[in-house]
Amino acid sequence: MTTTANAPVLIDAACVTKFYDTRKALDNVSLAIHAKEVVVILGPSGCGKSTFLRCLNGLETVQAGSIRFHGRDLARPGTDWRPVRQRIGMVFQSYELFPHLSVRDNLLLGPVHVQKRPRAEALRQAEGLLERVGLADRLDSFPRQLSGGQKQRIAIVRALSMNPEVMLFDEVTAALDPEMVREVLDVILGLARNGMTMVIVTHEMGFARAVADRIVFMDEGRICETNTPVKFFTAPDTDRAKRFLSRFLY
Amino acid sequence: MLHALELLWQNAPLLLDGLWATLGIAAAATFFSIIGGALLGMMRASWNNAIVQAAARAYLELFRVIPILVWLFVFFFAVPAASSLDISGTLAAVTVFSLWGASEMSDIVRGALKTIPQAQYDAGRAIGLSGAQLHLRVILPQAVRRMLPGAINLVTRIIKTTSLVVIVGVVDVVKRSQQIIERTKEPFVLYAFLLLLFFALCHPLSRLSRRLEKRFN
Repeated sequence: MTTTANAPVLIDAACVTKFYDTRKALDNVSLAIHAKEVVVILGPSGCGKSTFLRCLNGLETVQAGSIRFHGRDLARPGTDWRPVRQRIGMVFQSYELFPHLSVRDNLLLGPVHVQKRPRAEALRQAEGLLERVGLADRLDSFPRQLSGGQKQRIAIVRALSMNPEVMLFDEVTAALDPEMVREVLDVILGLARNGMTMVIVTHEMGFARAVADRIVFMDEGRICETNTPVKFFTAPDTDRAKRFLSRFLY
Repeated sequence: MLHALELLWQNAPLLLDGLWATLGIAAAATFFSIIGGALLGMMRASWNNAIVQAAARAYLELFRVIPILVWLFVFFFAVPAASSLDISGTLAAVTVFSLWGASEMSDIVRGALKTIPQAQYDAGRAIGLSGAQLHLRVILPQAVRRMLPGAINLVTRIIKTTSLVVIVGVVDVVKRSQQIIERTKEPFVLYAFLLLLFFALCHPLSRLSRRLEKRFN
């Protein structure tokens, strides 16, 4: 959407390698994410794209390589991830709202108990964010009373309410009914327009093309191709990407 | 009918004395079962060490396959004989029911914890919760709801099974009733009383457990 190549690098992952037992899940993955950049990672199931995303906020550990963020290498053992996770928000495929808490308490848990912010201020912010995703009247609902699309929008608000610098989206529309995909993607597109730095793993090709500054194509734990969205979807550089796209595009 | 009520009223102090013994043992066993079961259950759910897991399973299995009656004998007769410890009937009863309850409770706790999806842990960590916050605010509140029906059922089983303590000389409400029967030759009245008493103690719990189960499904 915008040219961000000259913006400072926010997260710099270099040669990230991860094994599950003996299987290589990530093989020398290097990717620098610039401020305000929207990077979309594509690839077949099991290519390591979700695993890579989860390495960026410490939900998976890395065996080799480095992940530099604000001058620290997060890949080192002994990293305290809690302050990092407050700055790198994440949204999951299956929403993962806390089912025993109301929307209000879901949204306040992080700001009040992790960030120790005043409840009233955190609530004001949560209300503002809910308004932005069109769910201002849902503050007192419980997750079970919401549709999938509503849950996912609230999960996005939950991550945003920590005021993160980066947002990670892990196949956030994959579990949704088709008619609810749009409402969630619109929220993410809105964030992109407001300059949020984002790393998005998705299977929605049309959305990837619309939102991405850069497409990263992964296969078998490696980055095969990095390209602009226009070039990637019209004339990809690698045969592997061509074969991948031929299965999606008619 | 009037005669029966009169008989029970006259013997009320004895019956109440027995009832306290029954409830005291059940309450103590429930208390220790909850504490022991919670610790052991959390350990079994999260500590993936082969020896720890095998030991926990062996403990659970021993109390599943060997009758409580036998365990009462073990702690009342065998352990004192082998160790020169002086174990009263009540202490033996509380020990056995606590060990049994804790083993069963650990299975309930472990089962409930295992039903919380891994992704809930991820979601809690992703907003920066510490391990303690994650468990206290996200995992346990969900798990406790799932434990409650099974835990309440276990309490009713503990209350019913306390009637076995008679064989290690504890004078509970069943024993008191038998004493009164010997004196008054009124077995029908007293056994009917016991039936109603245990029903009144356990049925509300059983109903509560079923209600909670329905609500959480």
